[in-house]
Amino acid sequence: MGSLGIIFRRELASYFATPLAYIFIVIFLITNGIFTFELGGFFLRGQADLLPFFSFHPWLYLFMVPAIAMTLWADERKTGTIELLLTLPIRLADAVLGKFLAAWALTGIALGLTFPIWLTVNYLGDPDNGVIAAGYLGSWFMAGGFLAIGSCMSAATKNSVIAFILTVTLCFLFVIMGSPILLDAFPDWVPQAAVDAFAAMGFLTHFDSISKGVLEWRDFLFFTVFIGAWLFASAIVIEIKKAN
Amino acid sequence: MIEINHLTKRFEQFTAVNDLSFTVGEGEVLGFLGPNGAGKSTTMKIITGFLAPTSGSVTVDGHDLASDALAAKALMGYLPEGAPSYGDMTTLAFLRFVAEVRGYRGAELDRRVERVLAQVELEAVALQKIETLSKGFKRRVGLAQAIMHDPKLLILDEPTDGLDPNQKQHVRELIKNLARDKIVIISTHILEEVSAVCTRAIIIAAGRVVADGTPSELEARSHYHQAVSLRLSESYDVAADLASLDCIAGIEVDAEDALGLRILARDGKSIYSQVSHLAQEKDWPIEELHVTRGQLEDLFKQVTAGGAQHG
Repeated sequence: MGSLGIIFRRELASYFATPLAYIFIVIFLITNGIFTFELGGFFLRGQADLLPFFSFHPWLYLFMVPAIAMTLWADERKTGTIELLLTLPIRLADAVLGKFLAAWALTGIALGLTFPIWLTVNYLGDPDNGVIAAGYLGSWFMAGGFLAIGSCMSAATKNSVIAFILTVTLCFLFVIMGSPILLDAFPDWVPQAAVDAFAAMGFLTHFDSISKGVLEWRDFLFFTVFIGAWLFASAIVIEIKKAN
Repeated sequence: MIEINHLTKRFEQFTAVNDLSFTVGEGEVLGFLGPNGAGKSTTMKIITGFLAPTSGSVTVDGHDLASDALAAKALMGYLPEGAPSYGDMTTLAFLRFVAEVRGYRGAELDRRVERVLAQVELEAVALQKIETLSKGFKRRVGLAQAIMHDPKLLILDEPTDGLDPNQKQHVRELIKNLARDKIVIISTHILEEVSAVCTRAIIIAAGRVVADGTPSELEARSHYHQAVSLRLSESYDVAADLASLDCIAGIEVDAEDALGLRILARDGKSIYSQVSHLAQEKDWPIEELHVTRGQLEDLFKQVTAGGAQHG
């Protein structure tokens, strides 16, 4: 196993060595339940799909994912372990990616544990499981996008609370970028192409189409490139900030 | 061999390391000294590849730190200042993680981890979380990870800080034993440690080397080297008698005891016989008379106080 794998395993194990992982998973499942059944009217809709479940995920992630991401690098800098980690014979890219993948795996585990709701719709009706699978995958990729922003913000400060606030703010911006309310607010003189480009950066634009079962490679490409870009930025920020 | 060539590190306005050059060979234990803020830790961080220098280069056994960082880092073991480690891991899990990163697998990994646990006496706390350990144990965990791969170059930033006298002694023994075929660089401000373990000492001030030599050479450069210390039983004008001797560099009166004097030797040459001869001849009222050795501490003060005045 290369150093990427070693770091991934250490990070993932450290989430479960403290109550963090368990609290995250439990709260994630509870809020998911409340959103889906109470606010989403899962039963009242009378439809065998998971649209109300997925449609709340951007808002749920908005607060939960930055909470995981905030410690990624801020704690390493605060406790000085960054000096230990980066003087070991490993590449910075492996460290950045390994940490990110471990946090992403945690969100994946939490998401995977929502499977009873998938069993429920299958018991109650005859849903399109392909659409549901796409929804899960899209949701996980979106969580990755939030995490990648969080990784970069966490690298920028020693203080994990500041990292949290910055991440929530930026994530909120990227979520609402594609929302009709914001897009309608553009004055008429702004060219349509600019508005489209702006909307194309929004998470909702891509996530909505995935969760409705429109599996377009462009939407996954968007999240992949988005994650890659923010992780690249994380590495640069770590290089710049590690001196102080 | 580690070569440090014209290393400079600037942080915006502030120059932490200023054109620093030195070479350390196998078997040397280098004590790296300097007042706080002299650039010790910054230099350590550059040598270990954590920070990039503004200019200059570091080469470890022919591997340039800028172009061949992984190979150079593989040769080094590093105990950063404050001995940071992952608090939520157990001692054993942490050391196994480091061993894995260092490339060990299977039985070899077990053997390596067991060996360092024994070397720094950590077996008792192997299954305890690091955050629950005392400061002394934490430092030993840091030391254990640094020597895991039997590194060619061992860099220790204040290795005995926070240890009790017994633990200090133990760590020093350990360093001495490790040092035989290695290069060890120790940053410290405990000067007795340098005399105890180092074969060479470098003192830096304001990012520059102000003294470099074996501990005894540096002691010899102290103003107090070969000085004669004496205590009189009653007041007597020693200075008038001494005016005839030109091997005397000066006389200092003890700040707390007017009858205590120190006669400084010129150029570190022995003056004891001349002084004692004179004392007998003039019948000084002497209570105590002996030669003092130069102390590293004195030289440290000499070369670091008020900028670089070469002693």
